[in-house]
Amino acid sequence: MALPAYTSPGERVWFYTYRIFCGLVFFFLIAPIIVIIPLSFNAVPFFSFTEEMLTFDPAGYSLRWYNDFFTNSNWQGAVRNSVIIAFFSTIIATFLGTVAALGLSRSDMPFKSTIMGLLISPMIVPLIISAAGMYFFYSQVGLQGTFLGVILAHTALGTPFVVITVTATLSGFDQVLVRSAASLGANPTTTFFRIIVPLILPGVISGALFAFITSFDEVVVVLFVGSYEQRTIPWQMFSGIREQISPTILAVATMLVCVSIALLTVLELLRRRSERLRGMTPQ
Amino acid sequence: MNTSATYSEIVKTADGIPLKVSLAKAQRKSKIRGMLLVLPLFAFILLTFFVPIFDMLFRSIENQLVPEIMQNSSKLLVNWDDQSGELPPEEVFAAAKLDFEKGHAERTILRVGRRLNYEVPGFASLFRKTARRAKDFEPPFTEAFIERDKRWGEIDTWKLIKRESGAFTISYYFAALDLSYAPDGSIGIKGETQRIYLKLFWRTLALSGLITFLCLILAYPIAHLLSTLPLRISNLLMIMVLLPFWTSLLVRTTSWIALLQQEGVINDLLVGLGLITDDGRLAMIHNAAGTIIAMTHILLPFMVLPLYSIMKTIPPSYMRAAKNLGATPMVAFIRVYFPNTVSGIGAGCILVFIISIGYYITPALVGGTDGTLISNFIAYHMSVSLNWGLAAALGVILLVIVLMLYYLYDRVVGIDKMKFA
Amino acid sequence: MKKIRQISLALGSAAVLGIMGVANAQDLVVVSWGGAYTASQQKAYHEPFMANNPGVNIINDDSAADGISKLRAMNEAGNVTWALVDAVASDAIILCEEGLAEPIDHDAMLAPAPDGTPASEDFGDLVVSECFIPQIVYSTTFGYRTDLVKEPPTSIKDVFDLGKIPGKRALEKRPIGNLEWALIADGVDPDQVYDVLDTEEGVDRAFAKLDTIRDEVIWWEKGAQTPQLLADGEVVIGSTYNGRLFSVIEEEKQPIAMLWDWQVFDLDGWIIPVGGPHREIVEEYLRFATDTQRLADQAKFISYGPARKSSAPLVGKHASLGIDMSPHMPTDPANAKNTLLYNYVWWADRKDDLTERFNAWLAQ
Repeated sequence: MALPAYTSPGERVWFYTYRIFCGLVFFFLIAPIIVIIPLSFNAVPFFSFTEEMLTFDPAGYSLRWYNDFFTNSNWQGAVRNSVIIAFFSTIIATFLGTVAALGLSRSDMPFKSTIMGLLISPMIVPLIISAAGMYFFYSQVGLQGTFLGVILAHTALGTPFVVITVTATLSGFDQVLVRSAASLGANPTTTFFRIIVPLILPGVISGALFAFITSFDEVVVVLFVGSYEQRTIPWQMFSGIREQISPTILAVATMLVCVSIALLTVLELLRRRSERLRGMTPQ
Repeated sequence: MNTSATYSEIVKTADGIPLKVSLAKAQRKSKIRGMLLVLPLFAFILLTFFVPIFDMLFRSIENQLVPEIMQNSSKLLVNWDDQSGELPPEEVFAAAKLDFEKGHAERTILRVGRRLNYEVPGFASLFRKTARRAKDFEPPFTEAFIERDKRWGEIDTWKLIKRESGAFTISYYFAALDLSYAPDGSIGIKGETQRIYLKLFWRTLALSGLITFLCLILAYPIAHLLSTLPLRISNLLMIMVLLPFWTSLLVRTTSWIALLQQEGVINDLLVGLGLITDDGRLAMIHNAAGTIIAMTHILLPFMVLPLYSIMKTIPPSYMRAAKNLGATPMVAFIRVYFPNTVSGIGAGCILVFIISIGYYITPALVGGTDGTLISNFIAYHMSVSLNWGLAAALGVILLVIVLMLYYLYDRVVGIDKMKFA
Repeated sequence: MKKIRQISLALGSAAVLGIMGVANAQDLVVVSWGGAYTASQQKAYHEPFMANNPGVNIINDDSAADGISKLRAMNEAGNVTWALVDAVASDAIILCEEGLAEPIDHDAMLAPAPDGTPASEDFGDLVVSECFIPQIVYSTTFGYRTDLVKEPPTSIKDVFDLGKIPGKRALEKRPIGNLEWALIADGVDPDQVYDVLDTEEGVDRAFAKLDTIRDEVIWWEKGAQTPQLLADGEVVIGSTYNGRLFSVIEEEKQPIAMLWDWQVFDLDGWIIPVGGPHREIVEEYLRFATDTQRLADQAKFISYGPARKSSAPLVGKHASLGIDMSPHMPTDPANAKNTLLYNYVWWADRKDDLTERFNAWLAQ
């Protein structure tokens, strides 16, 4: 968007100030995430750029923190636990959330907004409060310090995202398609699997991704509901930062940034596919 | 519905049932089917989420410990007039002796001591001292108790036990609101040196407000830029908003630690540029500044996205029309563009504010002493002091504040409008 | 599709194993503090014990920092999986009073000293609770940067003297210890500290003394912070556990020295959780791991003093550095000229309200 020739000098100044300000904000957003990547290859246990690093001397870089990550049983256990917990809570959350969203988007559903409000409340209540409630209650029923307890807790936190994304997909859903399928002789089951599923699939998958990342990133609840045995990557990072911050944490952080980039790509592809299917032009 | 049917000719379906009835039946069936679809998740959320929240509510007022463990004496204390200016009668002391003896054998009585110590310091040791000898007490028990510790001869000691003999207590809420609660039940404001939670609630609200404001200032221009640039470019720039959004909270907090600490990147840079001296390194972390900077960064996408989605809907022709009608860009912005974005501002601000008042992780890691929020104290009472009742009461107060804001959000934006990138 | 199914099956079975991963009959979950401390226990206690008892497998769980709350949570559920927990004395007292730790008969369960002195006598007054089996004596004391102070501090008064030692200092973010030091630095007779603190004016006086250095204090919460702050030069002097200072001075060779004046002694030891598993093996383990030789052995790996009197003469050289450990023990006569032992009973009463006041003071 170039400036038209007739703009006044004042407008020009304003325009460039605005552009520079925006540039700075984007820098503020992205720089902290980029900066840890080179730091994680630091050869010495410091959190700053050494002279060797700045002169691109290969001796200033090393993979020792990655090596530490892959040989340390605390971290390996954390990776395993994170995957197990996120996997199961995603499966349950996606199933329950999708089914509920199908019900919620029926036009004749009574008390729709109240039910919706209740179902998505785990997303609104501050995590420390959910963690406190779950810690107290799960302690009494023997779920505290168990994998099942952490999976149930993470499922509860993940379902709102599935409900919201699937409902959103369904709201753009053209009911005429269902009726025409029926009029063409498809029974409800066929209609469901041949018409509804392909159309809501992008919504379901992005909901599942949200549920997955919710569990994968979650730390407050797992700190209380979980125990050392259920330590996840964020759990290990949190206690690592509190105890003694070592560059291994930066190596983990770098790998997690790669995970987020992958997730972001998948989501963007899904969004495009969903729009194409619904016949909208990609935005 | 039958009445209306009788006036007109009844339309029937192929199997002879009136169409209206059949339709109603189908509708009811469909409704039930819808409910059945929602039911599993509803039951799940109820059990794994709402029941725990109610359990917390219950914990903030329950007080079964005292009446259960001191069951003999607490029953008798109900009849004692604590305004009489006299100690409870001998039978109360005799009952207390039984309670202490039993509680010592079952190793439960000292929990009562620790519970009452929250109210008046000193009860822990009073109970410990007494429990060890209670089984050797000889009548008259009044004298035996007082001989063991003279505090048993003070009316306030018994007033406190009487006050906390009920199955429920309000004392955790008084503590959470910095109110003093004398043994006789009179309420006052705690001394200046003991007041902490109200201050923390205010600090939490003030810091959250500041963070929300900073997010708005930073997000508004870039949301505007994103909504006006051609799609090809704005999609690329959007990644810079979405990548932080999708990056683990702990990753972002970690990088702020690496950036802000005294031996960190920013201080090194400033020293390298000669802007500050090596021993004049700035303290940007482990204080309120650290919390504000890191949280503003973490919550910024939550402000950009709702603003962007509103701004996207404002046709550029509005501004052009305003300018054509003679408005300066400034006036056009204030009179035309800005009012159209107010709902986005409302949505973003309330969202960011709600998230930040319950924040725990980032303040815990970078907050130091003046950058910690109320949630850090909830965690402290849960895991360090073991005063779960106070943790629950603080949690309930925080929850009430959040629900009020959420109600506001619902009025401004509507819950069902909540969407993600 | 097939691949996805295989992966999900593999994940599924891994998770089931994880969930069902109930320790097999002889797995003993021992909860401790992690890091160098757990390592010293592993070398001195766990490894020799497992060598003698091939059927037993000790699993280290590093959650002692939330030990009391997690133990209470497990106890509420009636499902205690921890066999043995390492706790500081004040926490052991709380656990005992809450009915979460088992009271024990020290003489019946633990080995006597080599000369036949019963265990309770050998440990002496370090048995601060009937549930507590002392392991080590450690102290919270000061380290300072030898290159950043003009003249070395010689007494606790110097910590509070901004004129003599200018610059930042690190103190623990809790009232315990700091109030005592503030009063001693303010001229209170160390024997009278708790009597003075019993009065409102005494508490005010301690806080007033802390006020004088307040702006120059960085408050720490974890033992690793002060060594880090000292090494980075962010503080010139700071309190922490003496073992942490030992490793930063002797192992990392930093220009740091100790100030032992009015070091505050504290104890760390074992407690048996009520309802915990494998009681018999636990008792066997305790009898072995807290005997005179084992306690002395631990000092080869970390500079904490063994809790038994009979262990002191057996303390030898550091396992890898080869230096004599005795001069680094907080209990060494040269270091222990002025020492303070926490008054646990007093703090059990006042911890709640003084912590509240301390936090309010910090929040000002």
